[in-house]
Amino acid sequence: MIQCSGVRKKYADKEVLKGIDLDIPSGRIFGLLGPSGAGKTTLIRIITGQQGADSGRVRVLDKEVGELSGKDKKQFGIMMDQFGLYERLSCIDNLKIFADVYGVPYRRIKDILELVGLADAAKKPASALSKGMRARLCLARVFMHAPGIIFLDEPTSGLDPQTARSVHKLILEKKESGCTIFLTTHNMEEASSLCDTVALLNEGTIVEEGTPGEICRKYNHQKKIKLHLASGEDMELEHEKSSAEEIARLLEEGRIETIHSSEPNLETVFLELTGRKLEEDA
Amino acid sequence: MKNILTIIKKQLKDTLKNKTVLIQFVLFPIITLVMENAVHIESMPEHFFSKLFSVMYIGMAPLSVAASIIAEEKEKNTLRVLVMADIKPHQYLIGVGIYIWMICMIGAGVIATGLDPKDIPFYLLVMGVGFLISILAGACVGVCARDQMMATSLYMPVMMACSFMPMLAMFNEKIKSVAGIFYTQQLRELLDRMSFEGMETRGAAILMVNMLLVIVLFFVMFKRKGLE
Repeated sequence: MIQCSGVRKKYADKEVLKGIDLDIPSGRIFGLLGPSGAGKTTLIRIITGQQGADSGRVRVLDKEVGELSGKDKKQFGIMMDQFGLYERLSCIDNLKIFADVYGVPYRRIKDILELVGLADAAKKPASALSKGMRARLCLARVFMHAPGIIFLDEPTSGLDPQTARSVHKLILEKKESGCTIFLTTHNMEEASSLCDTVALLNEGTIVEEGTPGEICRKYNHQKKIKLHLASGEDMELEHEKSSAEEIARLLEEGRIETIHSSEPNLETVFLELTGRKLEEDA
Repeated sequence: MKNILTIIKKQLKDTLKNKTVLIQFVLFPIITLVMENAVHIESMPEHFFSKLFSVMYIGMAPLSVAASIIAEEKEKNTLRVLVMADIKPHQYLIGVGIYIWMICMIGAGVIATGLDPKDIPFYLLVMGVGFLISILAGACVGVCARDQMMATSLYMPVMMACSFMPMLAMFNEKIKSVAGIFYTQQLRELLDRMSFEGMETRGAAILMVNMLLVIVLFFVMFKRKGLE
């Protein structure tokens, strides 16, 4: 569905993308993880044809991105990090503009607003909406014309956990309906819970790619089992046969409160690979 | 065509909620009607206020509104969203241009209610040409400006020169000679005569040069900056 090979992009003296290779099959959620300034938004702009690459190839919907027609681009749903809403217009009027552009009947607007939980705010101007509601209105705009590929640039950035969860639910529903979703985030929990595959982007280079589980297992160097006992004591055992008896004994004695294996998460893998945190400031 | 109509529709809805733009559109027609009906001074030329404010209307409203709308859309990222939805930049600009021209022509129609009926077609023709040049000038500023603040600082001197020079030219010959290079002064002279008769070649040439200048400037700006 989306293929990139050797994509490079330079702004002035800074190379923001240094040879990106990606292959995203249809119907999957692909997450591009990286800190601010890693090149995530630039890559989305190149894939969606908003901006050209200096070199490399980008193919979307089995066509070179430069050859995509207006009809092809109407299969895209794009939500960039800035909302781009008409502040003075109501939610309905904001969506009516795009219903006209995409040829979607107005009656669908009500359904979409209900889907994103904005039915009660339908007549409110966008300027009167909270940040979470504005994000949901943007999602409503993206979902309105049933796109085949959805690009979401930091869709839950700055949202409260509850709103973020409702956005995640909507994204998963879209995946169920067959959409391919390309999302950028610097939130590793979001990536782990939503994405089928993720790529870790650092300073314009993909440093690791795979399913979140695969990546975490690959970098599980510690192989420890961490126990928290009812007495309040913490224990660490080696992830090997000899620890089994000890764990079984503690379980029989009812002394274990929690037990965890020590696989790293995407955040710690990223830190190990780059020496940077995903959520640090650029 | 569908996309151009969508832009016009959007702008019409937005105008009703955008007081700044709304005031620009209705201010001069209302002032003109009030002044024409309330102020009567002996030896004052016929339809003095209508002609004076019409030229100010040409120089102010379309220029500032075109620049503000485009700059605001760039600043708020709504223009990017429209372009991503496959609205072509030329469709957007034509849509905005038609909308401003239509609303200004309605305003001109309101001012024209105080004129002699036989002069109305000529008056509307002159106003239509003036609005077109001003819209193009405003679009140049909008394309060039990053945001509304930059747009205001760019269009303000142009707008002041275009709209006030013809008024000041009535009181000072030196200003009149400078004002002569502006399309608004040439249109003012046409409105004073309410006819093409007596129009000098120089005046016609100035009008053409002004129009060509804004067209060329617009395309240069658009080629260099696009709608980003």
